Amino acid sequence: MTTSSSIPTPLLAAPEPGAAAPPRRRRIAAARRSEGRSGLAMVAPALLLLVLFLVIPVLLAFGLSFTNARLISPNPPRFVGLDNFVRAFTADPAFLRSAINTFVFAVVIVPVQAGLGLLLAVLVNQKLRGVTMFRVIFFVPVVTSIVVVSILWKFMYQKDGLVNSFIDTITFGAWQGTAWLNNPSTALGAIIVLSIWQAVGFHMLIWLSGLQTIPEELYEAARMDGATPWQQFTNVTWPGLRSTMVFVLVTITIAALGLFVQVDVMTQGGPVNSTTTLVYHAVRKGYREMETGYGATISLIFFVLVLIVALVQRFLTREKD
Amino acid sequence: MNRGSLAKILSVSAVGALVLTGCGQAGQGGGSASGEGPVELTMWTHSAGNPAELEVYEQIIDDFNASQDEYEVVEESFPQGAYNDAIVAAAAADDLPCLLDMDGPIVPNWAWAGYIQPLGLPQEITDSLLPTAVGTYQDEIYSAGYWDAALAIFARESVLKANDIRIPTTDEPWTLEEFDATLATLKAAGYDTPLDLGAEDAGEWWPYAYSPMLQSAGGDLIDRDTMLSADGTLNGPEAVEYFTWFQEAFEQGYTSNAGTVGNEEFNADEVALSYTGVWNALDSLDTVGDDLLILPPPDFGTGPRIGGGSWQWGISSSCDSPEGARAYLEFSFQDKYITAFSDKQVVIPATEGAVEASQHFGPEGDLRPFVELSQEFALLRPQTPAYPVISSTFAKAGQDIMNGADVQSTLDGAVAEIDANIQSNDGYGF
Repeated sequence: MTTSSSIPTPLLAAPEPGAAAPPRRRRIAAARRSEGRSGLAMVAPALLLLVLFLVIPVLLAFGLSFTNARLISPNPPRFVGLDNFVRAFTADPAFLRSAINTFVFAVVIVPVQAGLGLLLAVLVNQKLRGVTMFRVIFFVPVVTSIVVVSILWKFMYQKDGLVNSFIDTITFGAWQGTAWLNNPSTALGAIIVLSIWQAVGFHMLIWLSGLQTIPEELYEAARMDGATPWQQFTNVTWPGLRSTMVFVLVTITIAALGLFVQVDVMTQGGPVNSTTTLVYHAVRKGYREMETGYGATISLIFFVLVLIVALVQRFLTREKD
Repeated sequence: MNRGSLAKILSVSAVGALVLTGCGQAGQGGGSASGEGPVELTMWTHSAGNPAELEVYEQIIDDFNASQDEYEVVEESFPQGAYNDAIVAAAAADDLPCLLDMDGPIVPNWAWAGYIQPLGLPQEITDSLLPTAVGTYQDEIYSAGYWDAALAIFARESVLKANDIRIPTTDEPWTLEEFDATLATLKAAGYDTPLDLGAEDAGEWWPYAYSPMLQSAGGDLIDRDTMLSADGTLNGPEAVEYFTWFQEAFEQGYTSNAGTVGNEEFNADEVALSYTGVWNALDSLDTVGDDLLILPPPDFGTGPRIGGGSWQWGISSSCDSPEGARAYLEFSFQDKYITAFSDKQVVIPATEGAVEASQHFGPEGDLRPFVELSQEFALLRPQTPAYPVISSTFAKAGQDIMNGADVQSTLDGAVAEIDANIQSNDGYGF
């Protein structure tokens, strides 16, 4: 794991003292200046877009969250101090429920989806006939629009939908399913299952690319030392997947915390707040109920929570040497 | 890539951007005179997905443009789903059209926000319209519409007769006990869920369909005297009683939220009673024929109620030529156009004259009962700028109760949410 520190060294290394003649040094300096300019020119479009659509909105949200700004109002926004934050934590049960749901979702999704993705990747990494077909099958849900997937699963989860008739068939009628999305105790679980099904193919692909960077010689050496397949996995595969693991973990966490579309399409946060999430709640309050200021407050709290989670993850997965 | 080609690409894209901006600008201009010729009046409708409605508008606009050469109305239509967002965005960009249509209950909010100006139509026009086709805020008229919609309970006469169920009338509607007994009888007669309340629908349907029932029970969305609090009306004993009935209807399997939006289940005879709107009536008439009954909703205590208020027209406050917009609206409120809307779209015409002339709603019309229901029982949703929040909160509370949430605490939560919003908006001008 030295990749991050090794790249810039040749560029940053100072010229050897006294070795280079003055004209050459000038030429190097000029080249470096022009390099810096073209670097800046290349980064400019991305930087501009980031500032325009990320930095400025975040700063605006920070300012708005201390006001009572509304989407539609004849009155100008007024500074209300910490009122919005107090309201979120003391007078808005849906907000607290959203926070809990969001974290329950993430806590289940992150290990299950990452683990399942790895399992699938190991399976489709074998050199068998027809393995490409399996890769395609597992990847198809990823390229399907999540809105379409949600609508289809909404039908499947109905009382007399596909899921229940499947359960009915394999248990020979011994166990009757419920209307999954109408039941407060099963709705979030139903969304979790659908979300894993939809996204696991993507992470399978990432794991797969990681698996294929591990040189075959390491496995050969391990086999010569008499390692079992499980020992090969724990001592060769897993250490070799470390950087992939960090990437998978971070992307799943961020995607999981931002859960919105499935909820918006399938349950609108119900039944009885059992599937509302922070992003959904922010959209509902900030846009649909037009309380821009309060919506900004929720977004700001969400931002801080995600930042904390990301920092904790960064700390836990840091280089230990 | 050399410097020359980079410059070329840059200049080409700059020109492209300029052209695009130009096109964007060309679509704007709320009623500005463009040099010589007639003053242009821009007009937005929500009826892009509704060719029947659009056809009548195009007829009116053609007739109006041909009748004088001072103004020219230019129409642009949006799909209903994106329409309100388009208006809010246009208002934020100070780019509203001169004439715009809007759903009845949103009128006070947009009037309060300063999107629209007092309508200023002659009183004889607004007086001739159904009271539910006129939008007011603080006793000032801001909008007027050509029609209203109405809700009713659809049933088959043969089914009711076969089960010895009394056929209710507007004078003598079903009482709540009768209605419950009817549902029980029909369930026993083999209907899995005898009543279709349309609960699978979302959004504005919930307050439109179920808040009249709440009012019939003696509750309301908000205290209409002050418009400042929902406390005691949305969570009082009457409201709790109504919502307990509502919850039990789902628990006992009298109704459900499965199925599809629309009236398919009734037409296929999977449900015996369907609480639905005039817009579904022609389809049912085609499938059921003379057997179709259009019945008043049950009396939950203080007499039946149905929701009123449909799409209406207003003039934006940024309109450069409100006289032109008024002239157009005045021209458009002719019985022949109102009748045309009614015939093509199957909605209740807003004037007496158009009712008489209409194909479906005239004295001998097959959908005549809707006119009586609308005249006797229609009640507007509260005319306060707080309505969007009330609507969203009410729908959410109703859905939670349907799914088994505790009635009293859910309603208390909804009241707290509505009251907090009204307070943070300084009472919305009340």
